[in-house]
Amino acid sequence: MSNLSLVIAATAGSVAVIAGAALPRRTRVWAVVLSTWASCAAALTGSLIVLHTGRPMVLSSSQILPLTGVHMVLDPLGAVFVVITAVVAIASTLYWIGYAGHGLSTRTAAASLPLFILSMLLLPAAGSVATFLVLWELMAVTSLILVLGDQHERAETRSAGQWYAVMTHVGAAAILLALVLLSAHSGGQTFAAIRVHAHHLSPALRNTAFLLAVIGFGSKAGAVPFHVWLPKAHPEAPSPVSALLSGAMVNLGIYGIVLVGDRLLGGGPVWWWLVVMALGIASALFGALHAATSTDLKRLLAYSTADNMGLVLIGLGASGMFAATGHRTTATVAMVAALLLVVNHAAFKGSLFLSAGSVQVATGVRDLDQLGGLMTRMPITGAIFLVGALSIAALPPLNGFVSEWLLFQSLLHGLPTSSTAVAIAVPLGVAALALTGGLTLAAFVKATGVGFLGRPRSPEATAAHEVPRTMQIGTGLLAVACVALGVAPFIVLPALGRASQIAIPGTSASVLRGSKYLHVAGLQGVLAPALLAASLVLAAVVVVAVRRLVHRRSMLTPSLRRAEPWGSGRELQTARMQYTATSFAEPLQRVFDDVVHPDRDVDVDHVVESRYYFERISVRTSIGDIIENKLYRPAIRAVRWWGRQARHLQNGSVHRYLAYGFVALVLVLVVIT
Amino acid sequence: MTGGQVLAPILVAGAQIVIVGVGGLLLLGLMRKLRSRLEGRVGPPIHQPLLNVRKLFRKQRVRPEESSWVFSAAPVVLVATAVVVAAISPLATTRPPLGRSADFFAIVFVLLLGSAALALAALDTGTPFGGMGSSRAMTIGAIAEPALLVAILAMSIPAHTSNLPVLVRLGLTHPQMIASPGRILALGSFAIIILAESGRLPVDNPSTHLELTMIHEAMVLEYAGPDLALVATGEAMRFSLLLGLLVNLLAPWGIADRPGAVALVIGIAMLAVKVALAGVCIAIFEVFTAKLRLFRVPELLAGGFVLAVLGTVTALVVR
Repeated sequence: MSNLSLVIAATAGSVAVIAGAALPRRTRVWAVVLSTWASCAAALTGSLIVLHTGRPMVLSSSQILPLTGVHMVLDPLGAVFVVITAVVAIASTLYWIGYAGHGLSTRTAAASLPLFILSMLLLPAAGSVATFLVLWELMAVTSLILVLGDQHERAETRSAGQWYAVMTHVGAAAILLALVLLSAHSGGQTFAAIRVHAHHLSPALRNTAFLLAVIGFGSKAGAVPFHVWLPKAHPEAPSPVSALLSGAMVNLGIYGIVLVGDRLLGGGPVWWWLVVMALGIASALFGALHAATSTDLKRLLAYSTADNMGLVLIGLGASGMFAATGHRTTATVAMVAALLLVVNHAAFKGSLFLSAGSVQVATGVRDLDQLGGLMTRMPITGAIFLVGALSIAALPPLNGFVSEWLLFQSLLHGLPTSSTAVAIAVPLGVAALALTGGLTLAAFVKATGVGFLGRPRSPEATAAHEVPRTMQIGTGLLAVACVALGVAPFIVLPALGRASQIAIPGTSASVLRGSKYLHVAGLQGVLAPALLAASLVLAAVVVVAVRRLVHRRSMLTPSLRRAEPWGSGRELQTARMQYTATSFAEPLQRVFDDVVHPDRDVDVDHVVESRYYFERISVRTSIGDIIENKLYRPAIRAVRWWGRQARHLQNGSVHRYLAYGFVALVLVLVVIT
Repeated sequence: MTGGQVLAPILVAGAQIVIVGVGGLLLLGLMRKLRSRLEGRVGPPIHQPLLNVRKLFRKQRVRPEESSWVFSAAPVVLVATAVVVAAISPLATTRPPLGRSADFFAIVFVLLLGSAALALAALDTGTPFGGMGSSRAMTIGAIAEPALLVAILAMSIPAHTSNLPVLVRLGLTHPQMIASPGRILALGSFAIIILAESGRLPVDNPSTHLELTMIHEAMVLEYAGPDLALVATGEAMRFSLLLGLLVNLLAPWGIADRPGAVALVIGIAMLAVKVALAGVCIAIFEVFTAKLRLFRVPELLAGGFVLAVLGTVTALVVR
């Protein structure tokens, strides 16, 4: 009866969809939220059982889908992704209760949201090609509806929706081709059948299937150069949806690569994983650089998603390379590091997107250059954002640090291998990892410092006040997860170990041992996250006590005074004199000028009497996506051109169309005979 | 567990924290004195930084009008991170408390937490100078940090670990490892990073009085009284900590490798001598150097990065 939880999850999810579509506005939100929670709770329970026992959960029915039937097999690898989705979904639907007053409360949205969540909950449990593709398409379509949300009359949102629709369907087509190729040559469409036959397939077929899968799933994960939809769709989507896109959906791209590469094809030659690692390095650096130079808060977060998924791909690539060269223990460590990063990313990016949404609700702007001073006006949201920012910048004692450390250790551990390709790729991976870390820190110091600290830069920011309680709790839930995973990563490591064993069979589960020390098998060093956190807190308490003690003993005047800050002798400083996000990122932009390629427009109006004096100067800088401009736009232009040329074929004459039909028929006959 | 087993690590940690704190401030005084003498001035006494800190603790706390709790918390975080690193690093002894978890990567990230806190606090002042300092410091940090991490990797490859006490002890038992090309390149990169991270010439001028050229000083411009005392102490601790790690990786001799009070005292004395020597070298170097233009600094740091990458490759090839 262990598969009962999947049935309950599906039923409760369907109830939520019907409730969202049928109920009146007042009861709609609560009904959808409660039944979605029931669905998530059931899926969560089932996954935890699978992770605990290590036995997969099977559910088969030939009646639901015509012709193919439904096959569900939830193994520990999939269960990890179900748990992540369920937790992010619970937090963002809780947030949605408060958010619904500001948008996303139409029937369409209220029915699509639970369907989107349900498809993501069930996708990792899919056990056959047909089931997988149906759920994948369901996820793509519902997420597209949600991205358009209730802002679909805005031009930016429509353009973002278009990009997303095209990219996700090109990706889906690649995945379809890959999976259909595999199942056609394996004599069965269940994953189990493919797995059995995968080793007898020809190398050419295996290579094609893997590369197609990397393109398809990579575009879902936002890997450069298939990332173009991500910095458009994530910012335009309503914030609870952005959190689900970034915290849950992009992960499934990673799941897909592991599924096809490791699980179905059983690993491959080193070069497969070199490709994955190269994609990872490109995404990590490109994403981090754009995050560091973005001024739109949600666009910054979206680019940072591409960057984090890049880091995960570096981990996956390293893991695959180590496995291909016979270092299975190290491969497992790298896989665990990658999965831990996926878990952590869901926690901090979910909380960051939700708090960005709170800022947008409170002020109506998401341009950092118009924010500021929110830490005193929205103290809880501000503190949550700070926790998320410090986590994503990999600072101890928060969760991002643990996965970053583990990734470094696995790469360090894998270095002394025999293969030359590995010896070249791994140092490059480490350099990318390190450079990304530095840029991410700059990006999030900017986001927090300009967005939340200092003086407010606009009337909207000055008038901001704290958002409803449900939104705070929903956001805070994920921030608590960041702290918990940072102090005690041991609560998830055994489960991740089980999941990695599924992906890379034949290794012991306990590559990461200990409950107080994090110990990597074969390495001397350990990490004690809880001890580190405790000693940091202790040191801070001692420092505060010393400051107070020494200070009070020698104080005569009142101890704290607020004063006008120093402005080189100038009085009455204004908020406009502060550094903005644009000026903060200017030095970095200058250093990486060749990659970022900013567009700069300077308009100077001179005073009539003398050209040495300016009447008015206006400067406009914008940073476009170089890959979008140099790779996609020319391709789109080429397609347009072909379209225009093809128009000459159609002049409305029926005779000509009949002639086309005749010529085509003759050609087909010639080819066949 | 006997009383000695509990007390000894606490004593060792306390000794290291005190020597880093007081010694760091004295080191700054020594360097300032030496620079003054070389430039033909008398200069303030060596213990002047200590006197400054004592004076600042007696003054009133002042906060900018629009700042939040982040501004007050940052100096505490800065000092707390330096204290934790000082307690667990192999400075005077190769057996510091919690030495098993004194991972080099972890230590760098703990110190980074302090830098991030200060950069945030600078933006919290709501002044142009705070933002300027923060932006510049983060730009330099974004390039210096990767160089440091790759340098650590280069040093860790031959040792098969990034655990700091083990790295230092291996220098004692296998002196040939120090002279390996990979380690030398990595330490060269580490030295450049120390200059950048602690705001010394040619990256930043610690004694500048012009706001527009400041990096680090611009960030802490709004601090006064006890908060400024904490910032000054924290910065001094970080500088002497990094120098201490550098000299111990370069020349570990003298560090206490056995438990015992005598070994510890010798270790502390040797640490003081080695760090003072390194400080003297930097002071002499600073007399003959001018500050680099801000946009030339990334080139210097990129040089450090390349050294570190070369170190990694060499460490892989020369084994």
